[in-house]
Amino acid sequence: MGKPTICMGFEGSANKIGVGIVTSDGDILANPRKTFITPPGTGFLPRETALHHQQVIVPLVQECLKEANLTPKDIDCLAYTKGPGMGAPLVSTAVVMRTLAQIWKVPIVPVNHCVGHIEMGRLVTGAVDPIVLYVSGGNTQVIAYSEKRYRIFGETIDIAVGNCLDRFARVLGLSNDPSPGYNIEQLAKEGSQYIEMPYNVKGMDVSFSGILSFAEDTAVKLLKKGTATKADLCYSFQETVFAMLVEITERAMAHCNTQDVLIVGGVGCNKRLQAMMKIMADERGGKLYATDERYCIDNGAMIAWPGLLAFGQGDTIPVEESTCTQRYRTDDPVINWRDD
Amino acid sequence: MTEEEQVVGLVPKCKLVCQGAEGRVFETRYFKRRAILKQRFDKMYRHPILNKKLTRQRLGMEVKGMMKARKLGIRTPTVLLVDTETNSIIMDRVEGITVKDWLRKGKYTEEELGRVLSAIGTQVAAMHDGSLVHGDLTTSNIIVREPSLELTFIDFGLSFNTVAQNGPEDKGVDLYVMERAFLNAHADKPGLFDKALEAYSQKTNQWKSTFNRYSEVRMRGRKRSMVG
Repeated sequence: MGKPTICMGFEGSANKIGVGIVTSDGDILANPRKTFITPPGTGFLPRETALHHQQVIVPLVQECLKEANLTPKDIDCLAYTKGPGMGAPLVSTAVVMRTLAQIWKVPIVPVNHCVGHIEMGRLVTGAVDPIVLYVSGGNTQVIAYSEKRYRIFGETIDIAVGNCLDRFARVLGLSNDPSPGYNIEQLAKEGSQYIEMPYNVKGMDVSFSGILSFAEDTAVKLLKKGTATKADLCYSFQETVFAMLVEITERAMAHCNTQDVLIVGGVGCNKRLQAMMKIMADERGGKLYATDERYCIDNGAMIAWPGLLAFGQGDTIPVEESTCTQRYRTDDPVINWRDD
Repeated sequence: MTEEEQVVGLVPKCKLVCQGAEGRVFETRYFKRRAILKQRFDKMYRHPILNKKLTRQRLGMEVKGMMKARKLGIRTPTVLLVDTETNSIIMDRVEGITVKDWLRKGKYTEEELGRVLSAIGTQVAAMHDGSLVHGDLTTSNIIVREPSLELTFIDFGLSFNTVAQNGPEDKGVDLYVMERAFLNAHADKPGLFDKALEAYSQKTNQWKSTFNRYSEVRMRGRKRSMVG
């Protein structure tokens, strides 16, 4: 066995900035991350988020090298998030990556953020060919691999589930630290009353705009009247939204005849969602694969690892082609490292 | 396990055919007729209140949808018995295979393929013109009978009657769901949906409003595909 290839990955498509170092053996040597947290009742905007990333990325790269106990000479290639994501944060991250690529004289590999989540999930959990539920602030998709692409079987037809949770938390005035979704999850544990909310499944697609409008209007009224507590609302909101997600995942599993399911993306670290999905998978005689917040939430390693897979196929690009795009579908890139 | 016969509700000798996402499908006999029993079972992951509501709602919608479709001249299984105690429907067994399997087998001529696709488009249009939205138009939910190539639509659990002002949106989403089902399940055969949509456009009386909304839904859903 020769010396493994080592890749440094850069992720900054939303409010997290992460730098990770991974080897071609699948060892994660370092994976530090910083999150841009805004005050309760507000969300993160592209400009401020980009500024945050610019301020912390260089120390983060240094921290990453130190933690991995490596020097720039050990790095064989750099991988970065090409998209999808917010423009300014993506570009800020890419600028640093390009600069380092030229100083260190190493090749560049572009990575699709969604594919990053899927490949990282497969690496960490050992899932071979599962149905993937990808749930985060910007995406809600049910994905299955077929003929060199990650195909989208179902998705949201309006807003993403994470976005829906974030906005719901804002309505309730919950803290954004460490994340709105985490605080909803904690508060939901104290809820006891189930309040019926709009449930919207269309084939393998879902829609969350109805339940969000309900939360912004009816739920707030219930709260004022005192007939429901914040905890009740969080509980009912989670139960409804997650049931929708489990249902479309099950539909895809039945349609594709697949047994196993993998949950990735920031919302994927929610324990209640994992528990519900596990019940469904058990009923079908399948297995649930899930990861914790280290890998569910955006991080650098999830870019470095698919970067290595693509690097192994010779998919490097010159610096002038290392652009970013805000819209980059999961089914766009060719997955040439999978042969099944 | 599929070989074993079991009792479902009050019906003896049920043989499990498959477990869909919605429920279990059994083969059985009903007054000596070959029949299918579809039972919606409790989803343990769901809150009991939500579960009860959805199960009941969909059982009702499935029966109503099938009845309505038949009135509009679309072939569906004949409903023989509805049991709200066990959440099951007994219906006629339909001969044939799913369009999904038919397409995958690929044993058809170009002419036959054209006929099936245009029949799909025409019949979905007839449904939509009658305000019926299927809700889950995948190729697994249409059965084709050989050699006549007659189509039967099944799985109306997500179907509903659309009201005037929501019509274009609901129909647009229905078409979008169908487009995606074709695209994903038959990635190796592009252009199938377009042929069905062409037949749809010729049959429907509301092409303009439905198509405009369908294009909008497509942009909404697939907006992330635009290289920005």
